[in-house]
Amino acid sequence: MGHLSMADATLSAQSKPEHATRPSFLRNLLLKNLSAKIAALPMIVTVLVVFVGCSAWSVYYSFTNSGQLPSGKFVGFAQYERLFHTARFIGAAKNLAMYGVMALVFTMVIGFLLAVLMDQKIRFENTFRTILLYPFALSFIVTGLVWQWIMNPNYGIEKVLHDWGFTNLHFDLLNNGNTVIYGLVIAGLWQGTGFVMVLMLAGLRGVDEEIWKAARVDGIPTWRTYLQIVLPMMRGVIVTTLVIVGSGIVRLYDLVVALTQGGPGFASDVPAKYVYDYMFGRANLGQGLAASTVMLVTVAIILIPWAYLEFGPKKNK
Amino acid sequence: MAVDTLEPRGMRPRPFFTPRKIIIYSLLFFVSVYYLFPMYVMIVTSLKDLDEVRGGNIFALPVRFTFDPWFKAWNSACTGLYCEGLKVGFFNSVKITVPSVIVSVLIASINGYALVNWRFKGSEVFFVILLFGSFIPYQVMLYPMVIILRELKMFSTLQGVILIHTIFGMPILTLLFRNYFASLPPELFKAARVDGAGFWRIFFQIMVPMSLPIFVVAMILQITGIWNDFLFGVIYAGNQNYPMTVQLNNIVNSTQGVKEYNVNMAATILTGLVPLAVYFISGKWFVRGIAAGAVKG
Repeated sequence: MGHLSMADATLSAQSKPEHATRPSFLRNLLLKNLSAKIAALPMIVTVLVVFVGCSAWSVYYSFTNSGQLPSGKFVGFAQYERLFHTARFIGAAKNLAMYGVMALVFTMVIGFLLAVLMDQKIRFENTFRTILLYPFALSFIVTGLVWQWIMNPNYGIEKVLHDWGFTNLHFDLLNNGNTVIYGLVIAGLWQGTGFVMVLMLAGLRGVDEEIWKAARVDGIPTWRTYLQIVLPMMRGVIVTTLVIVGSGIVRLYDLVVALTQGGPGFASDVPAKYVYDYMFGRANLGQGLAASTVMLVTVAIILIPWAYLEFGPKKNK
Repeated sequence: MAVDTLEPRGMRPRPFFTPRKIIIYSLLFFVSVYYLFPMYVMIVTSLKDLDEVRGGNIFALPVRFTFDPWFKAWNSACTGLYCEGLKVGFFNSVKITVPSVIVSVLIASINGYALVNWRFKGSEVFFVILLFGSFIPYQVMLYPMVIILRELKMFSTLQGVILIHTIFGMPILTLLFRNYFASLPPELFKAARVDGAGFWRIFFQIMVPMSLPIFVVAMILQITGIWNDFLFGVIYAGNQNYPMTVQLNNIVNSTQGVKEYNVNMAATILTGLVPLAVYFISGKWFVRGIAAGAVKG
């Protein structure tokens, strides 16, 4: 049936009644709504080739000893063994875990608190929202470079503090391996909390006004209403936000490149950067692919419980 | 609900300066200062000459006001390889962003339309995989995509990076359009079908004109997203097509020569200008876009 031109196909799918002689299952499968199928072809190709195909390809070749080109022979879990014995990768994973826990907790908590603050029937709500959200329109590269300058040990906040006479205070997070992650978190929070705030605010506004009235009638203090009644009701928004923020954290790359380049040493290295360096810098494809597969598994570990909670029970009809 | 009652409605009017309000507004004020000061620091640094940058503190207003860093950032800043300024990256970003936005929005809108009104066997399965695909770390797909683009003779070309943006923008945009089209009254579609209109005719003459808001939202999402992209640009665009973010990073983080912090900050603002302009002009639409993209219908 591949010889049908698009125009023919459109015609046969829409105006011509099906040949009543022999209803063919295959024919039906291919030709019913044919123009819709043609229109959806980019999506189908993307799904099959990119999301399924490329991922499967990467996972497969992570079990080979491919160097510069994906031509290596099968070596089982050797790449993974090496990966988990490479100090740089372990460090990168630890850094990401540390960044991830802090960024996740702080963005969620601060985002929620800001949303509550914005929900107090304040004046100039639009102005405040514009201010809190504008960093989210900026790229991680811009974010990283601004904060690199602000945290510059010679000319940045450190110098301001010293000029003001606080010579004991230090704000040199980026050049110290023990504190560089906090620098990343500060920059990341600046960029992302506004976004969480907007989502949380939408969630707060979605709570029925009657709930508030009932709570007020019962004399429950506002903070307890937020914490014990409204927050549990926002489960959907919170879970969605967690998933978005979480999968963003796993991908963390641009911000590191701009703010610290993974340094000092490898103190702020992250898996995404490890993958990039081994794939494109060091021509060690097998290592890069193994590391990327570990990232994929990590995301799956985050996603599968969520998918089960969201979609699982419905499927058990 | 009875609207025209004579009893006073709403909350009792309160004086403006209650302790609660003072706390709320001072909190909001300090938070706003925290969010605004990096922008302030960028602007003042970019307007000082280098001696003043080194001598003064980052919060001080410029004494010898100068626009030179801005001209230098735009015209002659060095990326480590050549010194033609950020303008090269700016025009590359325009060349990448404009076609990417058009193609990705067009394809995703057709996807959404087909998924809602022309379901076929397996269409929902593809959609679910597409959605889950948006959570796969890009790092997993980077290298195989390099091979595919190389086979298509599109690696290190504008077309290549445009294709990449179209592919990776597809999940979120398709979701956006699908949810929007699903909210339109189905009678419209049925009436057009009865009148004999086909797939494309219904799309272009009925669905598109009715869906301009969602097209605006999708375009805002894509313009900012693609303009801010770094990873795809650095891998797939090729040296001669590096977008502005990549060039900016090369300028600021290049290790050679004297660090010109004022030029760097001017370059950083310049790179952020397009998404910021989109953000400030679009206002509520931007908020609607990110909320629509995030909260599933």
